[in-house]
Amino acid sequence: MEIKVLGPGCAKCQQAEKIVREAVADAGIDVDIEKVTDMMKIAGYGVMATPAVVVDGEVKLVGKVPKKQDVMAWLK
Amino acid sequence: MNNAQDKTDCGSTSQAAAATIDQFPKPDRSPLIKYVAGIAVLIVAWWLIYRQLEPFAAFFTGALSHWAGFAPEGHLASAIAFFVFETPKVLMLLTLVVFGVGIVRSFFTPERTRAILAGKRESVGNVLAALLGIVTPFCSCSAVPLFLGFVTTGVPLGVTFSFLISAPMVNEIALVLLYGLFGWKIAAIYMGTGLMIAMVAGWVIGRLKMERHLEEWVYQIQAGNAGIDDSPKDWGARIRYGFEAVRDIVGKVWLYVVLGIAVGAGIHGYVPEGLMASFMGKSAWWSVPASVLVGVPMYSNAAGIIPIVQALLEKGAALGTVLAFMMSVIALSLPEAIILRKVLKPRLIGTFIGVVAVGILLVGYVFNYFV
Repeated sequence: MEIKVLGPGCAKCQQAEKIVREAVADAGIDVDIEKVTDMMKIAGYGVMATPAVVVDGEVKLVGKVPKKQDVMAWLK
Repeated sequence: MNNAQDKTDCGSTSQAAAATIDQFPKPDRSPLIKYVAGIAVLIVAWWLIYRQLEPFAAFFTGALSHWAGFAPEGHLASAIAFFVFETPKVLMLLTLVVFGVGIVRSFFTPERTRAILAGKRESVGNVLAALLGIVTPFCSCSAVPLFLGFVTTGVPLGVTFSFLISAPMVNEIALVLLYGLFGWKIAAIYMGTGLMIAMVAGWVIGRLKMERHLEEWVYQIQAGNAGIDDSPKDWGARIRYGFEAVRDIVGKVWLYVVLGIAVGAGIHGYVPEGLMASFMGKSAWWSVPASVLVGVPMYSNAAGIIPIVQALLEKGAALGTVLAFMMSVIALSLPEAIILRKVLKPRLIGTFIGVVAVGILLVGYVFNYFV
């Protein structure tokens, strides 16, 4: 499983990454987490707002910080 | 850079909470009627408190001057009365409006706005884009992905710029604060001229055919539609979205509001009446370009700048000059130019800033000399 957090580095994007990492640590499963800051790649996912979260290639959330329970639900 | 991207009027976490709630539907134990009743009670309480603010400020200042031994009619008393009245007033107005606009915004997403704008003819597109800029949730740290999402899916460049100009400049925070402090006429003038600048500047940029001044990689990406629509669907979710917007936006801007009012209070109490008239009054023709030059590199959200605007107007600065200053601070900023540099070549950024600045100048002169 892999999770990508898309965001150029604004405060909310860092918050999003932190929550994803926490949720994954809580779930105790092996997940590749990558922070994508490159605008070209971000735009390639078709998102128009950051932060966004991509789980196994599927965009799950756009323009907002996820809640921990969201991330938990994606991990299942 | 981080700081620059973290503009204070971003409303994005508010969306998060509302969307989260939507994704995990709860049993419907709070019907609409309960929400409406609850909100009605809150609004009545709001109104009762709001009406008491001015008498309270007068009473508080009087009591304080008596206790601390300064003149109740002096500079200090004047500054304190201004601060004690304006701070809760502006914060309360802000809360009410951010809530209302949060509910309106739950009906608009960038995806929906793009669907409306895609393939529109330029003139019609410019008008629509400027209007949609008021109600679409927008945060300037998302300016680049939004720009790409628009331009690569058939929204003309000029129409995209109309949106990008209007979205930060003509916003609910600016309008409500102007309405609260100066009345509906100045709020309407600001909204009308702001929309006009967004429409015309976008149209001009479209006419200049500057598509080749986008960075090359813009044309290589396939910005598709991520295809998720998790905006609030029912009234319960919309109302929660409104409350989240209040927590998020007011939680972020309150400090700027308080600082702005403190500066305004200093000017109100200590700067002599009419001082601004000599160098920001109608007779000083150069004051309009000067305030645009000062305003462009500055960045502040509307909440922070309005108390300063109030103090300037009160001390005799001309309306056009003050409007020009306010618009250039809110609409054009160095941080945004730096962010947009990732997709725009310098000439297009220069044109964008130049065209908008000329629009602002014209607004300033029109109000100074014809109104």
